Amino acid sequence: MTGNRDYPQRPAKVYFFGTCLIDLFYPEAGIAGMQLIRREGVEVIFPQNQTCCGQPAWNSGYREEALEVAWRQIQCFPKAYPIVVPSGSCAGMMRCHYPELFGAHSQQKKALEFAERVFELTEFLVHVLQIELKDLGEPLRVALHTSCSARREMAVSEEHKTLLRQLQRVELVEPERTEECCGFGGTFSVKHPDVSLAMVKDKADAISRSGAERLVSGDCGCLMNINGHMARRGDGIPNQHIASFLWERTRRPDDE
Amino acid sequence: MSDFHRGVDNALKDPQIRKNFRHAMDGLMAKRKVAFADTRALEQLRRLSAGIRSNALYHLPELLQQLEDNCLRNGIQVHWAESIAEANGIVLEIMRRHRAKQLIKGKSMVSEEMGLNAFLEARGIECLEADLGEFIIQLVGEPPSHIIAPAIHKNRQQVARIFKQKFPDIPYTEDIDELTRNARGILRDKFYQAPVGLSGVNFAVAETGTLCLVENEGNGRMCTTIPPVHIAVTGIEKVVARMSEIPPLLEVLVPSATGQPITTYFNMISSPRKPGEKDGPREVHLLLLDNGRSRIYQDPELIATLRCIRCGACMNHCPIYVRIGGHPYTTTIPGPIGSVLEPQKLGLDKLGILPTLSTLCGACGEVCPVRIPLPKLLNRLRYEGVREQPGGTPGSGALRSRRDALVWKLWSSIHSRPAFYRFVSKAATRLRRLTPGRLGPWTRARTAPRPAARSLHELARQQGFDHE
Amino acid sequence: MSNARTTILSRLTSTRPDLPQEQPVQSEQEIPAWDLDQRIEKFSSRLRSVRADVIVAEHEIWPEKLATLARQRGFENLLYAPHGPLGGQIEKAWGDNPSLPRLISHQKEIEAWKEELFFQIDAAITSTRAGIAETGSLVLWPTVDEPRSYSLVPPVHIAVLDAKDLYASFAELIKIEGWRRGLPSNALLISGPSKTADIEQTLAYGVHGPIELIVFLLR
Repeated sequence: MTGNRDYPQRPAKVYFFGTCLIDLFYPEAGIAGMQLIRREGVEVIFPQNQTCCGQPAWNSGYREEALEVAWRQIQCFPKAYPIVVPSGSCAGMMRCHYPELFGAHSQQKKALEFAERVFELTEFLVHVLQIELKDLGEPLRVALHTSCSARREMAVSEEHKTLLRQLQRVELVEPERTEECCGFGGTFSVKHPDVSLAMVKDKADAISRSGAERLVSGDCGCLMNINGHMARRGDGIPNQHIASFLWERTRRPDDE
Repeated sequence: MSDFHRGVDNALKDPQIRKNFRHAMDGLMAKRKVAFADTRALEQLRRLSAGIRSNALYHLPELLQQLEDNCLRNGIQVHWAESIAEANGIVLEIMRRHRAKQLIKGKSMVSEEMGLNAFLEARGIECLEADLGEFIIQLVGEPPSHIIAPAIHKNRQQVARIFKQKFPDIPYTEDIDELTRNARGILRDKFYQAPVGLSGVNFAVAETGTLCLVENEGNGRMCTTIPPVHIAVTGIEKVVARMSEIPPLLEVLVPSATGQPITTYFNMISSPRKPGEKDGPREVHLLLLDNGRSRIYQDPELIATLRCIRCGACMNHCPIYVRIGGHPYTTTIPGPIGSVLEPQKLGLDKLGILPTLSTLCGACGEVCPVRIPLPKLLNRLRYEGVREQPGGTPGSGALRSRRDALVWKLWSSIHSRPAFYRFVSKAATRLRRLTPGRLGPWTRARTAPRPAARSLHELARQQGFDHE
Repeated sequence: MSNARTTILSRLTSTRPDLPQEQPVQSEQEIPAWDLDQRIEKFSSRLRSVRADVIVAEHEIWPEKLATLARQRGFENLLYAPHGPLGGQIEKAWGDNPSLPRLISHQKEIEAWKEELFFQIDAAITSTRAGIAETGSLVLWPTVDEPRSYSLVPPVHIAVLDAKDLYASFAELIKIEGWRRGLPSNALLISGPSKTADIEQTLAYGVHGPIELIVFLLR
């Protein structure tokens, strides 16, 4: 399957941008992502000075503040290695919006060059590493939620599915209205909480009805939103970032 | 709770609205998908249409003059109005000159924008909506909730009750064919009598001085054929350079709007009744309305707003619009394009909340037939709303609050100081059991997120990922 | 009034930004390469899918078919244009047959007989200029003989189209016929009987325009 951008040859080293949400709330997903890459023989570097891609401020209209933070991130990844990001939303911010954010900036060229090196995790695994996964788990019915950014900005919904379909004992179920937004939208969920709730409720109902035993997503924001609601109302199901799930299903005893 | 939030809340809580809109939007989305089954051809068509509209905008002043020249040569009278007040005044003057007390209208969003009906009615002139959807909501004094299907928020039982109430002599029926037939009968009389007809314009072709109109019902043709005077109102941005550009625009407009390959009628008007002709209006007027468009034109990014061909696809695909309908937006045009256009016309001080009424999911931009980058423009307007130095958009900076600005300064302080950030997140992980169970609006319906025991920064260091 | 014009135009010309061009507009759409049979098939199926009748008939016999149809349908009258392209053929087929609907024609402006047009005509027949296969559309340029109202007001519109005038697409038609040189007072594409989906998104036919459209497609 060909993707919709030019992918580099398998590199010797990559950077990993963990995202602030994963950093604080889902660190195991970040570790799993790095382990998946390292297991394929690629060295993974996690620069300690990284913090946040800047999207919260960018989406709230506070562009100067977003720029300040974004510029710091760019400086954390100076060498010409690919930067792998376990989130369609954060990858989208850096790849699709940094060029605009840095439009009038003296370092725009650096920002453009940086953006070119950003890869969402699943597209990196599929197209650059051509990963082949061996499912060691028990049969399981899994629902995939693809974030809007993964779907429309990074265009990696097929890549998410490709990886899950490699797992022989995983049955992928598609909830109704799979393409509709879950209602997170970052600050939207607190600025317009009732509309957000109406959206997450429908998403949760669809996932419930799909009969899935596990919910998997490439974006932790969506997970936090959907599972937060399902848990609160009592029909929460186990849920993970796709990296955590893939690592769990394919991890051999001697894998690090 | 503000008026706006109350409006949204009422819509969310109304099961009829939720049901009607869900059903309608699902249908429109499905039909569009079938109509555009060849996705590669669709993308080519979108690019072509975007190019046509962008180019037309680039040449707008020349095209407007060319349009005017050709219309005048064909015998169409051309009027320009900068403001709504001016535009209404022009229509009133035409009505008065003909001593006309009645105006029959085809569907026109620009006339909604003008508030034309209220304006004329306050001056003793009756305005009759002839488009079935507009006719229905006019009976109950409601504004349209969708730009293509104005009565989309009403189901057949509601329509049946409205008809029975307003036309007690006609037997009650919920049968859609019968309701339609009844409307036909009622309005036939009006077409027959009306002294002046009004329409919008879908495309105005500069090359030939032709006003193009799409419709399914025939009321547009009625309004532009039977009354002795026809007034066509349009925004200045609706000009297209050439007739040869019409087919692709038509090909992308109609399926985007309704899922049909083409509307029943495509009506091209180039002049009033010529000598020897037996019908057609004796006078045709074209009213070109600005109302903020020439100002929007001046911004190289926001000018894309003016590409819009009013198909409604964006709102059909919007997960927010489907849940609240058009009325809570409080604007002539709702949905994603409304949230971009209306604050630019009426000011961010009044409508700055609209660009925030979106998760930026991108469904709208994905279906826009002329590739308006709606999520990008929504984000831009959020910036315009809170920026420190005001920009060109009316009300720019009006939404900036000291508190929010402080919060974001604090946020950027923390996130541009790596050591400080790591300190704060370490504290959060160590103190995670103290995470409050209540976190404002989030936790009204969700569990509170709790920090992990160790941050990714820490784990990455521990597991040897952090250096080359 | 000229003030508004000047203000608007000067605002548009003074600060016109540099716009990046999207796709160059010169790239034209492909015109489908359909032969006559394919065009007839596409045209007919499109129209039938929106409840129009399409009757394929040979040039010599269509007036008889019209007469039969008119009688079967029980039209009281049929509005037609004696000096239009179809006038002679219709009159010939009618002869002075009393069992056929009364042929009605007017040379006056419609204001003189508006009530009859609106409330007493059962059906009207017009010629057509061309057809478009891709969308199932008739192309009409109403004339002094066949005014616009004929295809709008009466509840039944009968249209006659010569299959050789069937274009594949609207783009082809505009190009070949040179519409850029100018159009008549009114030009129309008619792609079915009048309809609406304004109530519950459910299709209902026969709103303000004709309730029925019958097309004689001649070959």
